[in-house]
Amino acid sequence: MTSREKFTYFIFHHRAGLTVWGLAPALLFFPFYYDNPYILGITNLVAINVIIVLGLNLFVGYAGQISLGHAAFFGLGAYGSALLTVDYGLRAWPAMGLAALLVALVALLLGGPVLRLSGHYLAMATLGFNIVIFTIMVQWDEVTGGPSGFAGIPPLTVGPWIIDDEFRFHFLVWAITLIIITLCLNLVRSGVGRGLAALAVDERAAAGLGIDVKKEKVKIFVLSAILASLAGSLYAHCFLFVNPDTFGIFASVDFVIMVVVGGMGSVWGSLLGAGLLTILPEFLDIFETYKDIIHGLILVLILLFLPQGFVTGILDIIRTRLALKRRQNA
Amino acid sequence: MLELIRVNKNFGGLPALNEVSFSLNSGEITALIGPNGAGKSTLINCVSGIIPCDSGKIIFKDQDISRLPAHKITRLGMTRTFQNFRLVPRLSVLDNVLCGLTVQAGRSFIKAMLRLPATRHQERRLRLMAQEALDLFGIIAKADWPLAALPYGDKKRVEMARAFVAGPDIVLLDEPVAGLNPEETAEIAALIKQMRRNGYTILLVEHDMELVMKVSDQVVVLDSGRLIAGGTPEEIRRNPLVLEAYLGKIGAAA
Repeated sequence: MTSREKFTYFIFHHRAGLTVWGLAPALLFFPFYYDNPYILGITNLVAINVIIVLGLNLFVGYAGQISLGHAAFFGLGAYGSALLTVDYGLRAWPAMGLAALLVALVALLLGGPVLRLSGHYLAMATLGFNIVIFTIMVQWDEVTGGPSGFAGIPPLTVGPWIIDDEFRFHFLVWAITLIIITLCLNLVRSGVGRGLAALAVDERAAAGLGIDVKKEKVKIFVLSAILASLAGSLYAHCFLFVNPDTFGIFASVDFVIMVVVGGMGSVWGSLLGAGLLTILPEFLDIFETYKDIIHGLILVLILLFLPQGFVTGILDIIRTRLALKRRQNA
Repeated sequence: MLELIRVNKNFGGLPALNEVSFSLNSGEITALIGPNGAGKSTLINCVSGIIPCDSGKIIFKDQDISRLPAHKITRLGMTRTFQNFRLVPRLSVLDNVLCGLTVQAGRSFIKAMLRLPATRHQERRLRLMAQEALDLFGIIAKADWPLAALPYGDKKRVEMARAFVAGPDIVLLDEPVAGLNPEETAEIAALIKQMRRNGYTILLVEHDMELVMKVSDQVVVLDSGRLIAGGTPEEIRRNPLVLEAYLGKIGAAA
C-alpha cells in the first residue's frame, strides 16, 4: 500500500472513533465563546442526559426491550454518591464507582425476574420499580432528606482541580460522555451488538443464532443501569444537591422520549434526542408550561410518521431510496 | 450424525409427533416431507431446541440434545433457517450474515466495548467469512444494501448464507423455496446441491416435490405426526402409503 492508501484505509477503519473525537475540539472551545454559566449549566445537563439515553437506547433501541424505570437507576446513582460521600466520608470518585456497582447489583436482581416479561408487562414492571424507588426517596427522610432533598454533596476533584463551577464541569462531563459514546459505538458494531439487534427481531431466531437470550437481556439491562447510575453520580456532583422530583416516573418517560426522538438504536440519535429535549424547554417558555403535553405530542407524531425514531427513520428512508435506485439502474 | 429416537411431542394432549425415529447421514441431504399439519415444523423446532420435546432422544455428536436450549445446540454446530425469515431489517445484508457468526464473535461486552486490536482483527476475519458466504450465494454485490431494499428471493439467499456462514455440522432448512418462482427455485436447488458437494449435512423441510426429488439422497415422510416412510426419492415416489397420505385413499386407488 502507498502511504496515501494507508491513510485513507486508516480513516475508513477508524471513521466512527474519528467522528466522535472530531467533536472534541468543538466541545473544547465552546465554553470560551459561551462562558455564560446558565448556558453551560444546560449543556452539562445535556451531557448527563446523553449518558443515560445512550444506555437506555442500547436496551430499548438495540435490544428491543422497554424500560420506564431508568430514572430510578439515575436516582440511585445520584443518592448513592450523595450518601457515600456525605454520610460515609468516601471520596467522590470511589463513591461513584461503588454506587455504580451497587446499582449494577440492583439491576441484576431486578432484571432476572422482570426481563422474562416483554412489551406492556415489562413497561409496567419497570414503571413499578421506579415508583418504589421514588417513594423510598421521598419517605425515608432520615436517610434521603425526604421531599426537600439532599444538600451538601462535595464536588468532584481531578488532581489539583476542584470541579466546582459549570465551566470546569463542562470539560469533565463531556470528556466522559465522549468516552461513553465511543464505547457504545464499539459495542453496537461488534458481535454483541448484532446479537442484540437479532434478539430485538425475534427471540427464538436469536437463540437459533447461538445467543443466550435471557442472559444477554440481563447483561444489556445491567449495562444501561450502570450508565444511568454514572450519570446520576455526575448529576449529584454537578449540582451538589439532589431532590426526588428529578427521578420520578415522568423523568423515565422523558428519557424514553429522548430515545425515540433521537432514533431507536442510533448512538448519534441519542445525542440529538437528549440535546433537543433538554435544551428546548429552556428556550421556549410555552414549552415549560405545557412540557408534558408537548413531549407527548412529539412522541405521538414521531411514532406515527417515523416509528424508528427521528435520525434512524430518516437515515433508513435515505438508505432504502439509494439502494432501490441502484436496483433500478442495475 | 443426527439421530432421532422415538421422539414425542404433544400439544394439549394432541400428538404432534408420535414416536418419530430416523437419522441423518453425514454429508447427505435428507428431506422431510409431509402434507400440511403433518408435524414438520414441530419436528424441526424440536430438533433445533426451540420447543422441548416430551420424550425421546435426539443424538447429535454423541450427545443427547433433546433437553438442551436452542442456543447451546447452535453452539454445538447446528444452524437453521426459518420459513418466514427472521432477518434484521435494520442491518445491512453483510451485517445480517455476520449475525450468523455471533458465536464466533464472542460474548464479552467489555471486549466489544474496548474494541482492542485483537477484536478488530477478529471482526475483519469474520467480515471476510461473511463476504465469502455472500459470494457463494450470489449476493455479494448487494452486501452493503439495507436488508429492507432486497427482493424476496434475495432475502431467502441471505438467510441461507447466514445459516451456512459459520460452517456448521448440520443445517436445517425450513422451506427454503416457499414463495419463489420456478426459476428462483432452480437456482436455490443448485445452491443446495453445491452445499452438499461442499460437504454439508442438510435436513431439508420442503413442500416442493420437484426440489425434494432433485436434491435429496434420502426422504422421510411424516403424516399426522407419524413417520410413515423413508428411503431414496425413487422408493418414496412409488410408495403407496405416501401417495395415500398426499392424495387420500381414492387417489391411491385411482
